Amino acid sequence: MGTADIQVEVIIPTQTKYLDLIGCIGERLGRELENFTGDREALAYYLNLVLTEATANAIKHAKDCRPEDTVRISINIQADELNIKVYDHGQGFDLETVPMPDFDDPKENGMGIYFIKTLMDSVTYVRQGDCNVLEIKKHLT
Amino acid sequence: MKLTLEKNKNFNVVWVQEERIDAHNSAGLKEYILNLLEEGEHNLVVQLEQVRFIDSSGLGALLSGYKNAASRSGKLVLSNIQPQVLAMFELTRLNRVFEIYLDVDEALANQT
Repeated sequence: MGTADIQVEVIIPTQTKYLDLIGCIGERLGRELENFTGDREALAYYLNLVLTEATANAIKHAKDCRPEDTVRISINIQADELNIKVYDHGQGFDLETVPMPDFDDPKENGMGIYFIKTLMDSVTYVRQGDCNVLEIKKHLT
Repeated sequence: MKLTLEKNKNFNVVWVQEERIDAHNSAGLKEYILNLLEEGEHNLVVQLEQVRFIDSSGLGALLSGYKNAASRSGKLVLSNIQPQVLAMFELTRLNRVFEIYLDVDEALANQT
């Protein structure tokens, strides 16, 4: 993979069986980022994880809505930045109020957003038209 | 979730036969461990050699098992964790919660 931009768009039903597919797309893309000078194997794992967490989150929030709902995942790779957008049609949530995990008294839930925030460079969650968009960025240089 | 159980005298070993633990199958792991604990099998080693990927729900399922075992005066320990999976335990500091062993023999040797 050279310097050409890459755009991947995937639309899946809101079913967790597709998490493997989405995660693997991220992992394969990460492994082939030849311009990335850091640990490419680690980045590949992180992209698998971040896409899995973000998509699982969107599926979870969509569950209150229609079963025929879908989640759209958009991955854009440019020379110096990787951008992931995950669109859901659920009620949404306030990203800022998601607490950090309590490391002294760990809980079963709440580690997903922590992974995304920790492993990537920026994350936002905004309402856009009739859906919510979780946007994740990672600098590649 | 493909799992196999090896019964030992004091500790049972749960072999996770999946490359991936995520929100699709983690509930199955959580339920399996809880059922074992409810059947009176309070001491467990979870063998994770085949697992190449774990997400937050997978960590949550193991943490649930750990807490449920502890509440029954039992113990849940882990073995054979792949490096990238171990990195997730370190990132969440769960490596400080679980007893983690290189392999099942080491895990069993360290139990009284």
